Amino acid sequence: MNNLLVMPLLIPLCTAVLLIFLKERIIIQRWISAISSLLNIAVSGLILYQVKTEGIQTLYMSGWVPPYGIVFVADMLAALLVLSTAIVGSFCLFYSFRSIDKERERHYYYPLFQFLLVGVSGSFLTGDIFNLFVCFEVMLISSYALIVLGGTRLQLRESLKYILINILSSALFVAAVAYLYGVTGALNMADLSVRVAEAGQGGVLNVIAILFMIVFALKAGLFLFFWLPGSYSAPPTAITAVFGALLTKVGLYALLRTFTLIFYHDQAVTHSWLGWMAGATMVLGAIGALAYKDIPRILNYNVIISVGFIAVGLVSANKDGFDGAAFYLIHDMIAKALLFILGGMIIAAAGTNKLQEMGGLIRRHPYIGWMFFVTALAVAGIPPLSGFAGKLMIVRGGIEAGQYVLVAISLASSFIVLYSLIRIFMAAFWGEERSVQSSNGDGVQLVTDKKQRAGSFSLLLPAAGLLAIVIFVGVGAEWIYSFVQVAGDTLINPSIYIDAVLKE
Amino acid sequence: MELYMSLAIGVLFTVGVYLILSKSLLRIILGTSFLTHGVHLLLLTMSQLKTGAAPLLGEKADSYVDPLPQALILTSIVISFGVTSFFFVLAYKAYQKLGTDDMEELRGKEDE
Repeated sequence: MNNLLVMPLLIPLCTAVLLIFLKERIIIQRWISAISSLLNIAVSGLILYQVKTEGIQTLYMSGWVPPYGIVFVADMLAALLVLSTAIVGSFCLFYSFRSIDKERERHYYYPLFQFLLVGVSGSFLTGDIFNLFVCFEVMLISSYALIVLGGTRLQLRESLKYILINILSSALFVAAVAYLYGVTGALNMADLSVRVAEAGQGGVLNVIAILFMIVFALKAGLFLFFWLPGSYSAPPTAITAVFGALLTKVGLYALLRTFTLIFYHDQAVTHSWLGWMAGATMVLGAIGALAYKDIPRILNYNVIISVGFIAVGLVSANKDGFDGAAFYLIHDMIAKALLFILGGMIIAAAGTNKLQEMGGLIRRHPYIGWMFFVTALAVAGIPPLSGFAGKLMIVRGGIEAGQYVLVAISLASSFIVLYSLIRIFMAAFWGEERSVQSSNGDGVQLVTDKKQRAGSFSLLLPAAGLLAIVIFVGVGAEWIYSFVQVAGDTLINPSIYIDAVLKE
Repeated sequence: MELYMSLAIGVLFTVGVYLILSKSLLRIILGTSFLTHGVHLLLLTMSQLKTGAAPLLGEKADSYVDPLPQALILTSIVISFGVTSFFFVLAYKAYQKLGTDDMEELRGKEDE
């Protein structure tokens, strides 16, 4: 029992409710949300410390012992991801102070942002499958509102598709929960794991596992990512950064959790499906990243590639694979947020999002240029930076598991990630300097955010902070590995989780 | 009884999917409503439709029906209600601003 576990939800939730009453007072809204996000980092760090020193932390809501009540569980993976969420959330928040326009800020931007964090942290911490659904919905409904906030033509059009896809996947989620409840009679994840193990996973439980796979793959953009590139290019940069960093990762976390804790008995069926999906995701994402010539699309397809990459760690289902998946999840949350923020800055500085219309920015914006370069290397996985250790472990896990084709695809996809990002760097920062023509139209939503303030110090600061973390995660990989390997232990040995939750 | 319910749920799913695949936005929203109805009935059905008293302890019956799925359905109903109303307003705004409710015409321009 540890009441601290509910704080990563409670802090943003109370902040959001408070901010609703301060609609017109934007300055106060900023201060309160900034303070609460820093508080959130502190609390999440404390939870991580407790998990490290005292093992898995649980909280039985209202004292109802599982499987009867809802239980919050912070194992190492959840604690790490909650901390990453808090960090990414605050930096995106600091970035949005200067980049989001007044009109959006007045229309409940900050409350919605906090509600999004509530949903994401809740999804990571919950130990109950239906509560996971509710936390997903909290996250998704705030993301619906954030994606359409501002109401440009592009946003309206893309949000229709985004919402439709998510309503469908939520309906499937409830159907899957219904089937699972019908078969096992349980909703608590640890209890489910025990009952599935007793019943022996086969026949109908495999069907349910694949239904869950479809649901979470839709949310994570694993193979079923057709909705992602369009939707994520609609909202302004600060919002896209949060989406790209957090939303797909929640789907991946749910995949990791369900397929290591509940449905891990018949890997020949489920994990081979996941393997095909992961491979196809990387190939198709790579094709998309190569094909497009505008920055939002290239970055969106990079999100898709990394989703496939993390799934390889899950498919390998050995210690190295799980360690790598956990490490890479953390790296990818931070690096993708940074990548989207820098991409938004480049678009704002160049006045266009098309690669062939920009050039020579390095003279006016050297900091953005070199930061983008380092980030590109980190995302591609160049050794001293954060992407390397995770990639190395995932590849090692894949080779151990004999998934040679998947490993080959994932290594090749790293080259394509590097190529697609360096292509942005070369097109935007090298060559002739071009005059900034602000093409107004809803196609280039990102431009209108912050036409004039592209290189300002207050915008660079959050990006620099995130870059410092990316470099720290890379250089201090050994130290972070001491956390990550505990997460890997829990993933590979579900009885640790079950014992922690169901102990008397 | 479960068999008939399953057939009804299957019909609801079929109608829902058919409507979601149509062009008009309103039909799509109707389709999502049918789908969520089907899902809620599925939750009810999957907990087995045994006869028993309503889950109120004041009934003092020998057996009660399973109260858990009812709570789940109630949660899911309000969530889908919120999402559907948001979707309706969004469709209204989109119709005002974009001037069409045909999903084929909402694909976007080529230069984006």
